[in-house]
Amino acid sequence: MTIAATSPRRSRRDATPYLLSAPALLLYGVLLLVPLIATTLLSLHSFTLYKGIEDVYNLANYRDVFSDIYFYEIFGRTFRIALLVTLLSALIGAPEAYILNRMRPPWRGLFLLVALGPLLISVVSRTLGWALLLGSTGIVNKALMDLGLIGTPLQFMYSETGVVIALTHVLVPFMVISVWAALQRLDPQVENAAISLGASPLTVLRRIVLPQAMPGILSGGIITFALAASAFATPAIIGGRRLKVVATLAYDEFLNTLNWPLGAAIAILLLVANIAIVVGCNRLLEKRYAEAFR
Amino acid sequence: MGTERHPETAMFLVLDRLTKHYGGTAAVDEISLTVEKGEFVSLLGPSGCGKTTTLQMIAGFVEPSAGAVTLDGVDLLAVKPAKRGLGIVFQSYALFPHMSAAENVAFGLEMQGIARAERQRRVGEALALVGLAALADRYPRAMSGGQQQRVALARALVIRPRMLLLDEPLSNLDAKLREEMQVELRQIQRNVGITTILVTHDQAEAMALSDRIVIMNKGRVEQIASPDRAYEQPASGFVASFLGKTNLLTGKVADDRLSIGGRSFPAPIGYASGDVTVTLRPEKIGFAAEGLAGTVRNRLFLGSQWLFQVETAAGLVLVLRQNGSEAMPREGERVALAWRAEDMRVTPTP
Repeated sequence: MTIAATSPRRSRRDATPYLLSAPALLLYGVLLLVPLIATTLLSLHSFTLYKGIEDVYNLANYRDVFSDIYFYEIFGRTFRIALLVTLLSALIGAPEAYILNRMRPPWRGLFLLVALGPLLISVVSRTLGWALLLGSTGIVNKALMDLGLIGTPLQFMYSETGVVIALTHVLVPFMVISVWAALQRLDPQVENAAISLGASPLTVLRRIVLPQAMPGILSGGIITFALAASAFATPAIIGGRRLKVVATLAYDEFLNTLNWPLGAAIAILLLVANIAIVVGCNRLLEKRYAEAFR
Repeated sequence: MGTERHPETAMFLVLDRLTKHYGGTAAVDEISLTVEKGEFVSLLGPSGCGKTTTLQMIAGFVEPSAGAVTLDGVDLLAVKPAKRGLGIVFQSYALFPHMSAAENVAFGLEMQGIARAERQRRVGEALALVGLAALADRYPRAMSGGQQQRVALARALVIRPRMLLLDEPLSNLDAKLREEMQVELRQIQRNVGITTILVTHDQAEAMALSDRIVIMNKGRVEQIASPDRAYEQPASGFVASFLGKTNLLTGKVADDRLSIGGRSFPAPIGYASGDVTVTLRPEKIGFAAEGLAGTVRNRLFLGSQWLFQVETAAGLVLVLRQNGSEAMPREGERVALAWRAEDMRVTPTP
């Protein structure tokens, strides 16, 4: 009796969350899933110079990518750059967040704004700024030559080094935000507790602060890596035509070669690789820190 | 050796006119205090009275503006905080969230470079002392407030500190647990025999735990005395009103008689005529056949006691009576209040 009386109400209540989230799900579906499915289908079509895109379904494009050393090189370069950018962002961003966190109120807000301010400027403008700095007659090379540290200008433009420098600058704020959020949860008395137990400042940093900031560094690392691996504007401007990464490669396939199916296949492979790496790291992170932090 | 010592340095901990200024204001103003070895001393006062700042100066987290701190004859201010060898329990417990209970307790021993086997033995002992041997592998966030508090205590005690500093250690616990922990804290302190300084705003806690209480207000010491002495003979109106409930009645001295709301007592010797303030504890007042007349406005049942608010000619008077067999007056009832003359403390009204 009671079950019969309550069950219709329960089923209606069960539908409520879905109804409430329907607008968001719809938006998500239209803006993300549909293009994604379209791209996936496109990647299965074939392309020839004379017939254009043909409406067939096979894995020929993927086979092409996997059998050509040229693509391996580009994928390898992309993830090498992403990894370097992530490491550099962590090395710069984590101490930056820690120092910001230790600052006193009026300065803290100001410097946080300075640190995160670059996010307000377009990636393209920031990268063009780096192009000016890093060119063979740019300020960096001029300064190094004037100081007598180098005889001939260093090749930053169209090099991996240049891309890594510019991308790191673009992505460091994300690391700062992430580590900052982790440090916010840190009880300032915990450091005093460690000191009272005889720990030196370095030990406090290494044994107490760093482990607690680690989830922030790792999640910041995941964001930075994903954004660096799929970055387009910075590698396109600093790397140029010569130094291709996966994103610029896909762009070229679409707009220069007009081989849309191959471009789509490359884009899908980048997405899959990125998801695999990010999800894998997240798993690792959760397993490692589940007990202490969740 | 002991006989050669200067009498002042024979005391274990000495604070000598310790002062801390923040900007133009003195958070702690020339506090002097001596603590004997094994003694349990509480710094008691309302928030902002400077008690925590005083503790932090002893701990070394706050640099004093002036004054000196010596521990066992050694100038403590010249020693780095990490080398002072003090066990500190923080208000938030400040456990290391990424370490298990045992790892938390072991940290201080690791810093001392104590070998693994010895370390494990002492961590086990310390956790057993606070009754947490079974939870050694738990992480702080999986523990209740009381358990975290015990881990913090074990972590502070395991390094065999020269002195234990407790910064409001029980204020985050609920009332029942707080009382249990008070008993336990006092027991552990007695067993270990460690000199302890407790900072608290809870007068009941300070009175229950301490050998002596330092009552502070606005950065200054109001009184240093044993709990019962401070309670019975408060040095100031502030102490009287801060330690337990108290009545501040207005009276008049004339012709060697003190009159309060129409009742007359022999005046204390040496009082000139004029207005006076009379401090009188609620539990010292009883209901009698005759005395200060009044009407019961309110009565609150506190379990073992009744608290009455009685309106009299001398103002609103609090009366505290044991809950026994005798019948208690009800709201609106006319009563007469009586007390012994020696239970009053009389100060001239400024």
